[in-house]
Amino acid sequence: MTENKYQIAEKTVDICVVGGGPAGLQAAIVAKELGCNVLIIDDNPILGGQLIKQTHKFFGSKLHYCGVRGIDIATILSNRVQGLGIEVINDATVVGYYDHDTLGILRHDNLFSLKAKRYIFATGASENMLAFDNADLPGVYGAGAVQTMMNVFGVVPGKRALVIGSGNIGLIVPYQLLQAGVEVAAIVEIMAKFGGYYVHAAKIKRAGVPIYLKHTVIEAKGRDRVEAAVISEVGDDYTCLLGTEKAIECDMILIAIGLSPLCDLLYHAGCRIEYIPDLGGHVPYHDTNMLTSKPNIFVCGDLACIEEASTAMLEGRIAGARAYESIYGKKGEAESIAKEAARELAIIRTSPFEERIVYGKKTLAAR
Amino acid sequence: MKEYIELHPILQFTHAKKVRFMFEEEELEGYENEPIAAALHAAGVRVLSYSEKHKRPRGFFCAVGKCSSCLMEVDGRQNVMVCMEPLRAGMKVRRQKGRHQSK
Repeated sequence: MTENKYQIAEKTVDICVVGGGPAGLQAAIVAKELGCNVLIIDDNPILGGQLIKQTHKFFGSKLHYCGVRGIDIATILSNRVQGLGIEVINDATVVGYYDHDTLGILRHDNLFSLKAKRYIFATGASENMLAFDNADLPGVYGAGAVQTMMNVFGVVPGKRALVIGSGNIGLIVPYQLLQAGVEVAAIVEIMAKFGGYYVHAAKIKRAGVPIYLKHTVIEAKGRDRVEAAVISEVGDDYTCLLGTEKAIECDMILIAIGLSPLCDLLYHAGCRIEYIPDLGGHVPYHDTNMLTSKPNIFVCGDLACIEEASTAMLEGRIAGARAYESIYGKKGEAESIAKEAARELAIIRTSPFEERIVYGKKTLAAR
Repeated sequence: MKEYIELHPILQFTHAKKVRFMFEEEELEGYENEPIAAALHAAGVRVLSYSEKHKRPRGFFCAVGKCSSCLMEVDGRQNVMVCMEPLRAGMKVRRQKGRHQSK
């Protein structure tokens, strides 16, 4: 056993952003541009969060980087962070929120503490698991995890995939598997209709990948790795219909059934947490300024609700501007950044795909 | 080194230098600084550990250091998240059996 050597170092900043994905980076950029002293903590070696694996082009308007691939947005934002001279601590994990509003940070074998006047948490989300027989066999992977493995590191962890879930991740990842030369056996969706955007589903269908609607996976077969999956049709009450089971040969089962906000640190900080299924489960309470129940803590991105990178960036801009104002007082420039981002968010959220989010945010506001 | 993507319509992969490392009793190759899990998968290794009670095989799952499915023993240290831990030359990587055992 090697002994960990803990060093204690103190540091104080205006705003500390936890998480360097699309939301956190936008928050940091806005706050720094307005004149705050900002620090970003991220657990990856490079900034960009999950953008670094997103090879598809974004939608929306110019402001949402439409037509630009996620991987390139990550570069644009990281370059901006570097250009502004924002301090970044990467490869570091925030392990707790302690007395006197202090963060504990573990980087390699050093534990140190940091105090900021305001915190903006943009910790993102992690993939949900699905229970079925042998669901713990190696080869049952998070769809996003496989996307990271292949698009960031150039490694394909299998030869033939079955994808469970047909939200945008469940539709985009199989297309990217095909681009990487991997076979996709099928996509399985329990609902009567695929969940993601039509354009992604159309691409998948053109590529000849079947989408089994009203089906679910009930078993993974194999001794020490996945060799096949058994799927079954479901009835109107979503229970399996006996006799409809069918085995599908595959060496990977990709789970793309949704994400859960990573709100453990917010619990630790004492922020009020509410259970709002439409926002992805347990989320920290926040108002339209992205302020939580604690006056020094803001949130944005998937932590605030499971949505998408475009909206995460807009929420990040609001959080950055409002966190600035909460330290230095009202400022016209901050107000217009926050207002503009809120206006753009409202436009995106008129989409029928956003109905749940709008409803969820309303439910949260009433709590 | 057999499962690295060579041709891709959008991406070009620039790998760091090749390094050798030990997995159990076998010498494998990977690229420096990629996650250990990536090097193992490229070499065809899927089973990363065994569960404590039923000794069931465990593999990679989340790739973001959150799920604890990929904990392995690296250079004698247990509970290393190999989906995040960068590969270095000469590392000794072993399948972990069960939880961390205090010595």
